[in-house]
Amino acid sequence: MDIFLQQLINGIVLGSIYSLVALGYTLVYGIMGLINFAHGDIVMVGAMVAFTVIHLLSGSGLPMFLIAGIGILAAILVCMAVGYLIEKVAYRPLRGAPRLAPLITAIGVSMLLQNLAMMIWGRGYLSFPALLPAISIPVAGAGISAVQILIVCASAAMMSGLSFLVKKTKLGNAMRATAQNREVATLMGVNANAIISITFIIGSALAAVAGVMVSAYYGVAHYDMGFILGLKAFTAAVLGGIGNIEGAMLGGLLLGIIESMGAGYLGAITGGVMGSNY
Amino acid sequence: MTKVLKWALLASILAILPFLTDFAFGKTWVRILDFALLYAMLALGLNIVVGFAGLLDLGYVAFFAVGAYFYALLASPHFGLHLPFWLLLPAGAFVAGLFGVLLGAPTLRLRGDYLAIVTLGFGEIIRIFLNNLNAPYNITGGPQGINLIDPIKLGSFALNHPVGGSIPSVYNYYYLFLILALLAAFVSKRLQYSRIGRAWVAIREDEIAAEAMGINTRNTKLLAFAMGASFGGLSGGLFAGFEGFVSPESFTLMESIMILCMVVLGGMGHVRGVILGAILLSIVPEALRYVGPLQESLFGKVYADPSSLRMLIFGLALILVMLLRPAGLWPSPTRKRELSAQGETAKHENDGVYDAGR
Amino acid sequence: MMQGAKLLEVEHVSKNFGGLAALSNVSLTICQGEIYALIGPNGAGKTTLFNVLTGICRPDSGNFRLNGVEMGGKKPSAMAEAGIARTFQNIRLFSNMSAIENVMVGRHCRTKAGILGAIFKDRATRAEEKSIREKAAHLLEYTGIARHAHMLARNLSYGDQRRLEIARALATEPLLLALDEPAAGMNHSETDSLGTLLEAIRADGITILLIEHDVKLVMGICDRLAVLNFGEKIAEGTPTEVGKNPHVIEAYLGGS
Repeated sequence: MDIFLQQLINGIVLGSIYSLVALGYTLVYGIMGLINFAHGDIVMVGAMVAFTVIHLLSGSGLPMFLIAGIGILAAILVCMAVGYLIEKVAYRPLRGAPRLAPLITAIGVSMLLQNLAMMIWGRGYLSFPALLPAISIPVAGAGISAVQILIVCASAAMMSGLSFLVKKTKLGNAMRATAQNREVATLMGVNANAIISITFIIGSALAAVAGVMVSAYYGVAHYDMGFILGLKAFTAAVLGGIGNIEGAMLGGLLLGIIESMGAGYLGAITGGVMGSNY
Repeated sequence: MTKVLKWALLASILAILPFLTDFAFGKTWVRILDFALLYAMLALGLNIVVGFAGLLDLGYVAFFAVGAYFYALLASPHFGLHLPFWLLLPAGAFVAGLFGVLLGAPTLRLRGDYLAIVTLGFGEIIRIFLNNLNAPYNITGGPQGINLIDPIKLGSFALNHPVGGSIPSVYNYYYLFLILALLAAFVSKRLQYSRIGRAWVAIREDEIAAEAMGINTRNTKLLAFAMGASFGGLSGGLFAGFEGFVSPESFTLMESIMILCMVVLGGMGHVRGVILGAILLSIVPEALRYVGPLQESLFGKVYADPSSLRMLIFGLALILVMLLRPAGLWPSPTRKRELSAQGETAKHENDGVYDAGR
Repeated sequence: MMQGAKLLEVEHVSKNFGGLAALSNVSLTICQGEIYALIGPNGAGKTTLFNVLTGICRPDSGNFRLNGVEMGGKKPSAMAEAGIARTFQNIRLFSNMSAIENVMVGRHCRTKAGILGAIFKDRATRAEEKSIREKAAHLLEYTGIARHAHMLARNLSYGDQRRLEIARALATEPLLLALDEPAAGMNHSETDSLGTLLEAIRADGITILLIEHDVKLVMGICDRLAVLNFGEKIAEGTPTEVGKNPHVIEAYLGGS
């Protein structure tokens, strides 16, 4: 099997997940100048909710794609609600406070979500059901699985949808105006509070999908899966220039490819001194 | 006169605190006090970087790690070296300071959140190196870390031995850490009200104006990094001598975040506030360990996993404190004044940079 | 009217921004002890020249000398150290520091206490700190805002903030005080008293470079001025000379 191509494919798949999560960071940062540290945990909540719903329905005899669809939908709805609530309760009262104050509440929210999840779903790894049959399509010595194709296509679709939303719609205009200058936007009749809420809701929906994707890809879900994923996605967002939507997508892809190339080659290049754990 | 009295009272309380704590809660809690003092030193160090100079550092624990490993490597059977602590502690602080400059130099052009992510990466790099530098040559002991580190010795007296067979070792460390923490607080204060301290605050407030007023912002920021890092290095050495072993596990990102929480929750830039934050945040999670037994005595059975409930309450507490007191529990008087001018803050919000100091 | 030795000599400075010539081949000379003004329509390159002189941007070509020392391309802090102090058009004070602390920061480059001095507070450091404070208090007095010494800079009135910026710049003991539209947003009486302050500063031997839109202020107090238009110097001389210059009239009133 061609390692290079395989790692490239894996990297792109991983990267598109990172991109989705990174978009959440970037959207929120662009509008509020806030690093939403709890974003990664929203990803986790998405994965967990989807897990529970799919698990409950798996005995119902419904076809798998329908169950998966319901699971994803539930995850999206729950995450939207969680995102909305977080903004309303933990961030909104701190507008105009010292800039690090909301960072600390974000850390608090992150702890809260993680530990709530631990109490609800336990500390063990949950094995996530396979949403698609484990087929692999051979491509020039490498393989692409159905899940991988779905992940890349779905992320691409969501990202172009988001681009369209932000660039071409009235809502997107209002979002960009709020990001530029909240006060002036408010004077121009934009309801900045509503726009900020909507931004959180959109970001959380993306996070939910990313959560389901990442769990379906690796086959597990875990209460602290969001932390590292969030960190990587945040790095991706910064890499692409935080606050910049295309940048986040690119940064995510780049990071994913670097990571999987690193995993594939670093050990060999450095003669085992630096293993894949870097 | 009342001022002298107040200080005398405070001093005597601090002096007998370990005895009281031991009497009321047991030796474990004296140990927790020791750690609280250690964290106070760390938080004071980070406060120089974040609170004074306004540089958001999310990898501060790296300097703690550097100090700890520096001590551990040179005073343990690992390399067969047993250098004395009075040499190692200042040298460790110095080395950590060098690391601070090393990290600072390439990142100084970055602002706010970009600096945050680079420092975060730096922290992780240090930890990962510590975790993996056991092959092909065993330098750091890998994930197992380093064991049997020499205790801190005053003359021929090792602090890990009880005094006269009756006063346990945690007391010895308590007094040592107390003295050093007070020293750290003193140094912080002196720095704050000095020419350098003013330059830091000026950079935090407006870097371009500070540069235009003749402040070499690059060197001044490096100095903040180095000073903050050396506090971390000193605490690291103390930690290694106190614990007797170090491993990469003690230096995770979560630790950096905790120290940052101490600074911000206590009152950024305010020495007393930062100490308060450090003490609260190291004691509260320990106190919350009792939620398990408490559930049992209240309801007769444990409903929620105590360890997650504990962190859950902790997270909730962080949120509540920040919502109720956005400038921290004990902000400096000027910072309070700033907040009273709330209306004007909105104007500065659109400055667009994630300045730690604002 | 030339008043003594050449303090600042700008020679053939050019600066482009993405193909647009913000400054092309500008030369001028400012003499010791004069008030020199730089005027011109919006976009004429005044601010760019100002930024070159204060080290914010580096000239593409050309150079300038302060007291005969080549200065082009140095960092802003080096400019301040060499003796060019500035104020900002959109006020940039250290808003959460008190007025006196703002001025004390200005003393930074003329003092030298370091970390050790700060920690041990030896005799020299204490003396230096005392002199910093005294000098700052004096400058607040001098600029007429001593009564606000302990107010946060952000809470000062607009006019007082402008004065505080001048006091802070003076604290660096400049040879050349560069003021970027100091009268912007001021009312008549504030502008008048600003003029008096500038005269006083000049009387104390500090040369002043002034960018200003308020033509009345400029014509009233400056000794010489240069007019920029589209990045080029189109006129230079005393206010009366420049006022008669046909290029200037054309630039300001339009026409072909």
